[in-house]
Amino acid sequence: MENWSLVSICVLFGLTARWAVSLNSYSGAGKPPMFGDYEAQRHWQEVTYNLPVHEWYFNTTDNNLNYWGLDYPPLTAYHSLLCAHDHGFDFCWVLVADLLIYIPAVVLYSFYLSEGSNKKKVCTVLCILLYPGLILIDYGHFQYNSISLGLALWGVVVLGLGWDVLGSLAFVLSLNYKQMELYHSLPFFCYLLGKCFKQGLAGRGLFLLVKIAVTVLVTFALCWLPFLSDPGQILQVVHRLFPVGRGLFEDKVANTWCSLNVLIKIKTILSTDTQLYFSLTTTLLAILPSSIKLLMKPTLWQFKLALVNSSLAFFLFSFQVHEKSILLPALPVCLLLNDLPLPAIWFLQASTFSMLPLFLKDGLLVPYVVTSLAFLFFSIYLLSAFEHCSEDKLRLGCLRHLPSLIPGSFYFSITAMAGLSFMSVALAPPDQLPDLFPLLVSVFSYLHFLGLLLYFNIVQIAEPLQSVRKNQKKSN
Amino acid sequence: MCYLYVELQSVISIPPRLIHRGQASVYDTGCHSTDFEVHRNWLAITHSLPVSKWYHENTSEWTLDYPPLFAWFEYSLSHVAQHFDKEMLVVQNLIYTSPATILFQRLSVIVTDIVFIYAVKECCRSVREEKGSKDLLGHPFFILAALLLWNFGLLIVDHIHFQYNGFLFGILLLSVARHLQGRHLEGALLFTVLLNLKHIYLYIAPAYGIFLLRSYCFTKDNTDGSVRWSSFSPVRLVALGSIVISVGALSFGPFIAMGQLPQVLSRLFPFKRGLCHAYWAPNVWALYNMVDKALSVLGVRLKLLDVAKLPKASMTGGLVQEFQHSILPSVSPSITLICTLLSIMPAVLSIWCRPRGARGFLRCLVVCALGSFMFGWHVHEKAILMAILPFSILAVESREDAGIFLMLTTTGHYSLFPLLFTAAELPIKVLLMLLFTLYSFTSLKKLFRGSLLNPLETTYLLGLVAVEILCEVVYPLSPWQHTLPFVPLLVTSVYCSLGVSYSFIRLYVSLLRQHGTDKHKQL
Repeated sequence: MENWSLVSICVLFGLTARWAVSLNSYSGAGKPPMFGDYEAQRHWQEVTYNLPVHEWYFNTTDNNLNYWGLDYPPLTAYHSLLCAHDHGFDFCWVLVADLLIYIPAVVLYSFYLSEGSNKKKVCTVLCILLYPGLILIDYGHFQYNSISLGLALWGVVVLGLGWDVLGSLAFVLSLNYKQMELYHSLPFFCYLLGKCFKQGLAGRGLFLLVKIAVTVLVTFALCWLPFLSDPGQILQVVHRLFPVGRGLFEDKVANTWCSLNVLIKIKTILSTDTQLYFSLTTTLLAILPSSIKLLMKPTLWQFKLALVNSSLAFFLFSFQVHEKSILLPALPVCLLLNDLPLPAIWFLQASTFSMLPLFLKDGLLVPYVVTSLAFLFFSIYLLSAFEHCSEDKLRLGCLRHLPSLIPGSFYFSITAMAGLSFMSVALAPPDQLPDLFPLLVSVFSYLHFLGLLLYFNIVQIAEPLQSVRKNQKKSN
Repeated sequence: MCYLYVELQSVISIPPRLIHRGQASVYDTGCHSTDFEVHRNWLAITHSLPVSKWYHENTSEWTLDYPPLFAWFEYSLSHVAQHFDKEMLVVQNLIYTSPATILFQRLSVIVTDIVFIYAVKECCRSVREEKGSKDLLGHPFFILAALLLWNFGLLIVDHIHFQYNGFLFGILLLSVARHLQGRHLEGALLFTVLLNLKHIYLYIAPAYGIFLLRSYCFTKDNTDGSVRWSSFSPVRLVALGSIVISVGALSFGPFIAMGQLPQVLSRLFPFKRGLCHAYWAPNVWALYNMVDKALSVLGVRLKLLDVAKLPKASMTGGLVQEFQHSILPSVSPSITLICTLLSIMPAVLSIWCRPRGARGFLRCLVVCALGSFMFGWHVHEKAILMAILPFSILAVESREDAGIFLMLTTTGHYSLFPLLFTAAELPIKVLLMLLFTLYSFTSLKKLFRGSLLNPLETTYLLGLVAVEILCEVVYPLSPWQHTLPFVPLLVTSVYCSLGVSYSFIRLYVSLLRQHGTDKHKQL
């Protein structure tokens, strides 16, 4: 069948799945007094529409920051203002944003930057569009992650095609939409810097560096224009974006600190400042190897791996991480579906599973089950995941015996996830341990993330600096 | 190898159905169709009341109007239902919609769909295909599986609207598959069961009857294809007869014993309802009504008619009412029956005179279903599925049929749009329709290598887009919304009936032309 028709069918299928999920209940439906993320978005539309710009991020009589105060960068605020003008069905806006930003980026990535036959590319489109985590959060919980992730993906695609300036522009826009994109910023920085070094800092490299720097600064300035007049404004916005007073973690999240807290109560042992420095140090240590490797070898393949490693490291070790932030590593892992199908599918399923307590709170159990099953089925079958389990395919040259264990471990893991999901729904936790199931879910997911972080790091670092001739097609 | 392929594609096709079933099944924030309440009521009646009261009960307006075997089916379902929510089984609890009730109802449709999936698998096994390596997506049986399992009409009607059509059509398709495989007794058994589950399938009974009589009871034909009377096999006739009688006895037996047969029949055939359903199914009578209305308006404008003398009843007001035609003669149930019989007669005669095996029977079946849709009394637009689904099998085997199929399917599916009218359902129905239409066009085009529709047909189908924009976008914003509330339904119905009528004519022409070429061969 023609490519365009197959792709259209995949896109339509993805859209249908999204819309069907949106018909379910959403975050905070009918739960006063705070309701949920849907109410937050609605409130921001109200604030941006009715108040002048310089009051958006401040606590005033008209704007109570404790009730869903704005805590995303200015582009989100402008977007809310735009939505406020048309009081249509809000879920339409998410669909439109997906259609205009995220989905075209996915299609372009699959067709221009991934390898394989045309059919394989179409399968990649379908599997990426079916990733349950993003669908459930954006259409179930209700958020606009597809805009920031979509813009970041545009950045990757455009950089992959060689247009560095435009790529950095796209990424800066993404950063100005949601500050969590900072998780991706280091790879972008190292990749571009590495490219500049490669082209020689004395000549074209320097010119490229200057062009990119100017683009970044100008874009930032344009986005923050209304706030530039007053330094106090800028400080307040930054204060809203990075609430360092809130502690190492909140609620249950599948990262190191929350899991460590089970054994040692670090939240109570260490002071907030110490916690901050501790997490900063560990995060930097975790991202250092991958960033240096990317700096030395700025190819697309390294770039994708670095994106995964950096964002996953941030997720696992950083300060005040929310479970939804797993979407940030999930995006680059989606890009690896074509190359390393089984680890990617494993990660993506684990990431969806890690958000189970959130989905249960929002009443999204059935969409969670259906989309997870669909994703697993389609991706394993269409991408022939189990056929790509050899040593060579998994690029684990040094660990010879590991690949044979992988299919079995994968099945065990999925079964355990299914079992834990069932238990979370069907059984009531014992009275002494009311948070038993969310905790089990987050610790189990954490172990997966840690293991996969090690794996992706090994894959990235083990690749030789000078590519051998037969691997030439892998380099940019 | 082929069998492996079949297994593979049926496995592939299951999750997409599960997605839609699953997603649609939690669509309980929107409105429920009345069919929900209908089936809940039937669960309650069969569970709470003794058998003698089933067809007399009328606390709710949705009385039991399917044959007894379906009532037994609901009875067995009710035993599972009591574990979900006992309250739904109380007859007095009208319009009872607890979440458990909804979940149970939706799940029951999903589970009974297994019959449909199995039937599709069997149909795919019977599909003829040309030799030559094709990739999986290009195989006729894969296309057939996708066209059936992803049929837009079935998805909408069963899972968003709510009915058990998947289950029933599964039995129909299984029966057809058995005939295609030469297992005629099983096919006959399945059809009899189907008839006792929903009597609307009486419309295609002539096709079955004549085919089985001609091709099964007469074991041999003469060299010129005509009947060899001497090869009549009484054994086979008795076998068929005993199947029909035993199933009928199982289903109607208890009611005949209680002397309730007239009551049951009166419930099954309620001719009090009007010529057309509230929303006109796109058949001949829709065009007839349109012409009548146009003439009456014209007559009033030209002062040939007195406005006061015209009957006031509105025909597409959204409720089921009886009405009279103003200018053209009124149509009674017997007239529709005669028209239907006349329309299917040539097709039925052709399989008597020149039987073309199971495929000829299938073609005749589709013609009967479509004929009854075109001329029947109080036809529901959902009945178009009775023609579309079996026709899918023929569509993947012949180029001409594929062309007619595309025309019929697109128009027929579009005519189902008014079933879903809320704003939340609009994206779903548009997306699903686009998915199915895009897939059917591109896959059939690839299979038969080339364009299947002529420019006129293509223009007509593109006109559907214009109609949709008119009804969903232009009309609500126009001043006519309050003065002429029936316009979208009217336009949809009349425009689609043109397409459906055209497909019917083309199908007949192709059937008679085949009949003609057979005769020609003999000469």
